[in-house]
Amino acid sequence: MTTLTQTQETLPTGTWREDPVHSHVGFEIGYAGGVFRGSFAPFEARLEVDGSGASILGEARADSVHVLDENLNAHLLAPDFFDVERTPLLRFESTEIRRSGNDVTVGGVLNLKGTAVPVELEGTIGDAAPSPSGGERLPLHLETTVDRRAFGIEWQMELPNGEPALAYDVKLSADLYLVKG
Amino acid sequence: MKVLGISGSLRRDSHNTQLLRAAAELLPEGVELELWDGLKTVPPYDEDDDLAEAPAAVAELREAIASADAILFSTPEYNHSVPGQLKNALDWASRPLATSPLRNKPVAVVGASMGAFGAVWAQAELRKVLAAIGARVIEGEVAVGHAHQRFGEHGQLTDDDLREQLAEVVDGLDTVTRARDLLAA
Repeated sequence: MTTLTQTQETLPTGTWREDPVHSHVGFEIGYAGGVFRGSFAPFEARLEVDGSGASILGEARADSVHVLDENLNAHLLAPDFFDVERTPLLRFESTEIRRSGNDVTVGGVLNLKGTAVPVELEGTIGDAAPSPSGGERLPLHLETTVDRRAFGIEWQMELPNGEPALAYDVKLSADLYLVKG
Repeated sequence: MKVLGISGSLRRDSHNTQLLRAAAELLPEGVELELWDGLKTVPPYDEDDDLAEAPAAVAELREAIASADAILFSTPEYNHSVPGQLKNALDWASRPLATSPLRNKPVAVVGASMGAFGAVWAQAELRKVLAAIGARVIEGEVAVGHAHQRFGEHGQLTDDDLREQLAEVVDGLDTVTRARDLLAA
């Protein structure tokens, strides 16, 4: 006997926005043999789903970047990295969203340091469920890896062993709890 | 627009100070260059002295940087690197990093040496240090080698190519500084 299950391919209708307390947007990058992590807060994320389709928009101020070393934080804001004086906003806008069961793939354009680059995010989506604080909450996790040089972030320094100090690949991730608004 | 000229050499007849004077002759319309002569008075950096009220020479340096629209550095090369007193002054000026007057400040680096290479390694190191502090480092290099043979009796650069490169660097500084003003407007 065969059991047929239908794979969910649609997204729940409505306008969904980030729950700022329970959502997290961050990056991971190899640094001097370890992994260095940082985050952006506050940020805005919006998933819009209606009869005509779905779209995702994410936005953060570049100066909302946060790492646990204040000197490094200051360097990240400088022209070497995000150059917040010239390019104060970071932005992602989807062009295509595909869902297959709990898996989701989002194509779109990521704009960092004033440079727009097409990217593909992959991740998972959960079921919308009642939130303890009222309304409905939808978990969505997305991530991608980009080469920071594509955005003109080329800073590098040699370690004593001759290896580059900072990796070029950066993993970006968004752990979102979206609330229907 | 005011450019602050900082020479990394303390010597009275310094070729690098001369190079800044030569740059002053090549400035675009509306740009003035002021030489900062306080480098020798900056005390050695000591975190114990890095208090809300900075040592007088440091306060003057920070104020000179803050009130300039851009900075042109000219550095000699000591042991393949930046002279200690210039690095020391930048270490003072960089702190605290989040509020340093050098943050986003358009800066350019040129250099002169008596050897053949014109302080290229010191210039590269100085650019690296300035970028780490958060300054907006302008592309472009002027390497005046054999510096003792490069200046005429009125202090002018006698080599046409070098003069052209220096004018380009100064123009670049002017362009970037004006773009920054537009952004702020």
